Amino acid sequence: MHHTSEFEPQILAFCCHYCAYAAADLAGTFRAQYPTNVRIIRVPCSGKVDPMHIMQAFEHGADGVLVAGCLEGGCHFLEGNLRAKRRVSLLRQILDEIGIKSDRLRMVNLSSAMGQTFANTVTEFTEQIRELGPSPITNNIPRGKLR
Amino acid sequence: MIVATRKNVRELKQLLAPYQRIAVLGCGTCVTVCLAGGEREAGMMASALRMASRLDGVEKDIRDLTIERQCDDAFIDEAWKSLDEADAILSLACGAGVQALAHRFPGKPVFPGVDTQFIGILEEQGIWAEKCIACGHCRIGSYGAICPVTRCAKHILNGPCGGSHDGKCEVNPDTDCAWQLIYDRLKAIGEEYRMEEIAPLADWSLSNEGGCRKIIREDQRI
Repeated sequence: MHHTSEFEPQILAFCCHYCAYAAADLAGTFRAQYPTNVRIIRVPCSGKVDPMHIMQAFEHGADGVLVAGCLEGGCHFLEGNLRAKRRVSLLRQILDEIGIKSDRLRMVNLSSAMGQTFANTVTEFTEQIRELGPSPITNNIPRGKLR
Repeated sequence: MIVATRKNVRELKQLLAPYQRIAVLGCGTCVTVCLAGGEREAGMMASALRMASRLDGVEKDIRDLTIERQCDDAFIDEAWKSLDEADAILSLACGAGVQALAHRFPGKPVFPGVDTQFIGILEEQGIWAEKCIACGHCRIGSYGAICPVTRCAKHILNGPCGGSHDGKCEVNPDTDCAWQLIYDRLKAIGEEYRMEEIAPLADWSLSNEGGCRKIIREDQRI
């Protein structure tokens, strides 16, 4: 059993190249602090994130997954972020059916100028996942062996 | 196409509880097009079931594969080995596919992974609508190619009834009145006179009401 204070969540963030990824870059440029728990995967659009990518993330032991797309109305590909939002909504329902708290998956919307917001969002999400504890999927897997 | 919807993961986990090695079989035809049981959905369901079982402390061997068409023995053959090795099969095909598998694997439990809903079409992205109940005697030539048997709540062949209101059905105000659609369509193709024709009594024994149907064509038999 993991003690909450020792538990470092492993979080995957699918970040759109045009907004959240640039926002993360900006956060780094002005040295905004945010937890190192997040691993960023750059995608050309949040609409590119296949539901199976998210399922695999959870199956391989991710404690939380963020899908970060552009502000609504601001998608470079017009509505990729709106599609991502609907997919995340379905996946949250499936996660609940599986028995994984749907709060472990979240969709956020950012612009490339929102570096501080990115840092704040990631910090807040990391804290939320820390509260939720380790993913129940990982209970039987030594954490070092997570892929 | 045949339209189906995804079943709840909890329900399937319970159905499959006694089995260790499970093949989740997608179907590449109708249920792929209606996004309920194709390759992607089979992958998702297998992943969901693996996780759900793991939460119960059980590590199961759940694999997915997809064949072109489950309602045809020739295609089932392609996956025969993988399916034969499984303790149970979860078929994401329509009811016909599930039963074709059960017929092919007499000693193996086969379960449905989707709820088969109807024969229909994609009206717009994400919206499927029923268009045919396979009644066994197609009469839609008299109705401007709009089926009153399927689309009229009362299945009336000599309509409309008195419940048509502003083009909507009295049974459900969100549903178009089939007879309004028939009238509009007949008018558009210049065949309004068909509204005057009286349809004779229908022989419902040709439909599923007359029991399970079978077609035998001597010209096709070998």
